[in-house]
Amino acid sequence: MSWETVIGLEVHAQLSTQSKIFSRSSTRFGAAPNTQASAVDMALPGTLPVMNRGAVERAIRFGLAVGAQVAERSIFARKNYFYPDLPKNYQISQFEHPIVIGGQLKFLLDDHEHVVHLTRAHLEEDAGKSLHEHFTGPHGESSSGIDLNRAGTPLLEIVSEPEMRSAAQAVAYARTLHALVVWLGICDGNMQEGSFRVDANVSVRPHGQAAFGTRCEIKNLNSFRFLERAILHEARRQIELIEDGGQVVQETRLYDADLDETRSMRSKEDAQDYRYFPDPDLPPLVLSADWIEAVRAAMPELPAARQARFQTELGLGAYDAAQLTMHRALADYFEACVAGLPAGQAKLAANWILGELSAALNRGDTDITASPVSPTALAGLIVRIIDGTISNKLAREVFTAMWAGECGGAADDIIAARGLKQITDSGAIEALVDEVLAAHPQIIEEYRAGKDKAFNSLVGQVMKAARGKANPQQVNTLLRQKLGG
Amino acid sequence: MPPPPTTVCFSFPPSLNDTMTQPTDYPSIAALGKALRDRRVSALELATDALQAVHNGPDPHLFLHVDDALTLAQARAADALLAQGKAGPLAGIPIAHKDLFVTRGWRTTAASRMLADYVSPFDATVVERLEQAGTVSLGKLSCDEFAMGSGNENSAFGALQNPHDPDRVPGGSSGGSAAAVAAGLVLGTTGTDSGGSVRQPAAYCGVSGIKPTYGTVSRYGVIAYASSLDQAGPLARSAADLVPLLDTMSGFDIQDSTSLETCNGVANAPGRITAAYDHCRGLFGSGGGQPLAGLRIGVPREFFGAGLATAVADAIEAALRVFESLGARRVDISLPLTRLAIPAYYVIAPAEASSNLARFDGVHFGYRTPQYQDLPDMIRRSRSEALGPEVRKRILVGTYVLSHGYYDAYYLQAQRVRRMVANDYRQALDQACDVIMGPVTPNVARRRGDHDHDPIADWLGDIYTLGANLAGLPALSIPCGLGGPAKHLPIGLQIIGRHFDEGRLLALADCFQQHTDWHQHTPRHVA
Repeated sequence: MSWETVIGLEVHAQLSTQSKIFSRSSTRFGAAPNTQASAVDMALPGTLPVMNRGAVERAIRFGLAVGAQVAERSIFARKNYFYPDLPKNYQISQFEHPIVIGGQLKFLLDDHEHVVHLTRAHLEEDAGKSLHEHFTGPHGESSSGIDLNRAGTPLLEIVSEPEMRSAAQAVAYARTLHALVVWLGICDGNMQEGSFRVDANVSVRPHGQAAFGTRCEIKNLNSFRFLERAILHEARRQIELIEDGGQVVQETRLYDADLDETRSMRSKEDAQDYRYFPDPDLPPLVLSADWIEAVRAAMPELPAARQARFQTELGLGAYDAAQLTMHRALADYFEACVAGLPAGQAKLAANWILGELSAALNRGDTDITASPVSPTALAGLIVRIIDGTISNKLAREVFTAMWAGECGGAADDIIAARGLKQITDSGAIEALVDEVLAAHPQIIEEYRAGKDKAFNSLVGQVMKAARGKANPQQVNTLLRQKLGG
Repeated sequence: MPPPPTTVCFSFPPSLNDTMTQPTDYPSIAALGKALRDRRVSALELATDALQAVHNGPDPHLFLHVDDALTLAQARAADALLAQGKAGPLAGIPIAHKDLFVTRGWRTTAASRMLADYVSPFDATVVERLEQAGTVSLGKLSCDEFAMGSGNENSAFGALQNPHDPDRVPGGSSGGSAAAVAAGLVLGTTGTDSGGSVRQPAAYCGVSGIKPTYGTVSRYGVIAYASSLDQAGPLARSAADLVPLLDTMSGFDIQDSTSLETCNGVANAPGRITAAYDHCRGLFGSGGGQPLAGLRIGVPREFFGAGLATAVADAIEAALRVFESLGARRVDISLPLTRLAIPAYYVIAPAEASSNLARFDGVHFGYRTPQYQDLPDMIRRSRSEALGPEVRKRILVGTYVLSHGYYDAYYLQAQRVRRMVANDYRQALDQACDVIMGPVTPNVARRRGDHDHDPIADWLGDIYTLGANLAGLPALSIPCGLGGPAKHLPIGLQIIGRHFDEGRLLALADCFQQHTDWHQHTPRHVA
């Protein structure tokens, strides 16, 4: 029997506000334990939550970006459960009435455009962290500690419909969503620090079956690689279980990256009754049409729109356009570079940025905003390729020198200083050709005997004599002429 | 109309030796305030004597924490304000806080073992505002544990006596707040009222108390019981004394999202209530012998059914006649859902409480059991050992009504009833009358221990007060008679108004108190 995997994702994106969702404490990552926990975060008696406007604004931005309905009225609810790193013993979240309803995300995978619909996105607060390892109590005994720095950090939980059918689709969706929230400036996207965490709901069913199989939820996947491996493993586990005559039990599972397997955390039978009810401390969140319109007006051009523009206005292919719009800074860089080029040369800029520049950035683990080669400087180099001053090959050498900051990083100065200007004087090239032909009679013989490679060898000899600076097209033409072509 | 208390003339003895240093030597906060501003008495002298009285007080459980040094420091600060001539009407006035308000200096226990040693790192907004106004706090007053109760017998630190009769309860949950005023230890106290917890003890102890409109006083720093119903309000000897207290306590607070920025277009800020109060009194003054001409008093017939003690019914009737004699007109109204307010309240309040009190788990602060096996066991034991039976009962009820499968039948249904009750009040106040008057309680203060085996009777006793909480309306209680076997137990008159009508309610209460002396009736053994 052949099986189909069905996947829905719940993503917790940490919103990039300075302060927490219901208190004034800082959300900065990595501070000493409990130094960023205020009375509100510690749930001290008498404290009350106050909604962070910035978190709401970011949720609106997200809703508009995915074409969702931004609810004019949404409700905060209390999700009640006892857990030591949840000081109130309830989480303030949105339940029946979320701030974002519906919407969709498109992405390209294997040359196909996929559309995944969103169920909803809602605002909620994060919990603190329990520290079990390497923690000693006040008397040196082994113990557990609680760090409330993260408690109250604003989260946007983004829930998709179960519309993905492979781990690859799930990863592509998650990557696109990740790129979008970073693009929108609502999340820093740092997965190591937990700013973007994914829960995967996975089930399997025989191909052709309409009904969904029983799903398992895999919690807290904090890299795309783990997401992919966890889904692949979980689908395999479920298929083997069913094929061996067993049944999938609805449960929450944890992915163990070291063993590359998922483990049961709790089954539906121990599922808690969260006793949701509207939080009486927070009035309904009412968004004025003016506010929503103001957020819309301030929205950056969205990746999809920019991608389309790159294709129609600049003539890029779908792949290049998608690649260049994965990150806003990359797209900005590309456009700044294109602005310095004659019309119709965007493809060359795309090749350089996605090729040479990206490779250099990756090698140095450098963010594009910190690139030592500015978009205008890169345009200065590409212009010299277009006008024939240097060859593509030598341009790479110039780029390396620019990256290293030689001559202040200006392409023209490096070309001049290194004497890399291409030889286009046909008299000079002809002299070189004659020289080479005189020195290599046996290669000429081979060429005449029909060996095509021999011609390339002669070109190579001319270029060598010209120390790479001869215009390759002129060399070609002249050689053919001389050889009686 | 006789002159208002602010203009009552007192001749003060010239000699310092004869300085009157007991708060009750003064007929009103205004009179004491004037003496303080005239430097005839200092805040320090008053505080010193008041502390002495508190230490010698007849009820050892009334105050849960007294700290002389803290009180005297506040008195010195008040004297400094007075010396600079910057003192407002409350500078140097001795007050005390219900132990549900968190305070940085004094312990805050909510009368629970759970918080027996708890000291808050911050002051409640109400406490802060009163301190900035120069009041001098004598300490923290007992109440029912986490404000759950109506007799002050649910305090973990000892039941209280009613100053009018030590065998009777002072009411609750703000029982200590009412008893301290009745005993003459302070001139004002803070209380909280979620279902009658200011008005009922005020009635039982013969003092005046007001629960303002929900959202006018900040809840920040008030230990939450039932968040959608909780509202802080002051208690004092007279309506006139309530005015500066409530006015100072009120106002928008950015730290409380349910606090209002405006009240019918008027900024929710100190001054609002005083202005409305003065305005109303001005109108009364122009009425000649009929100061209240044109006022329609709605009298809900459901407030006078079975269960209402005759003495209470008679006292309310007499009070209504006083209002009629002043020009007001009585209108018969109906609030048909009055009885349903009880089940609605006893679903909503426990539901919110079950969640609000979840934080008391022994993990982060408060009581932790000394011996336990694992974390769930630690939490279970800590809560079982440190929370009293009434609190545990309401947490269980609240947990039940919010549970999957019961939520719609109980919680949602109760919310529906709440809206209907509120609607009844709104209709009456929109169409039939300007204020509603009736009893606060069905009877006078009961004997201590009476209700140990009959909790339902206590809950039924809230029947007249719950509506104002469910509807968020302002309501006050003023003394209007005496009842009980020896005609020595106070009876309260309740006045309920439209949203934000605190100023008018207080002016009406003051008008009544200008023509009666029930509020001046002092407990026998205190006098």
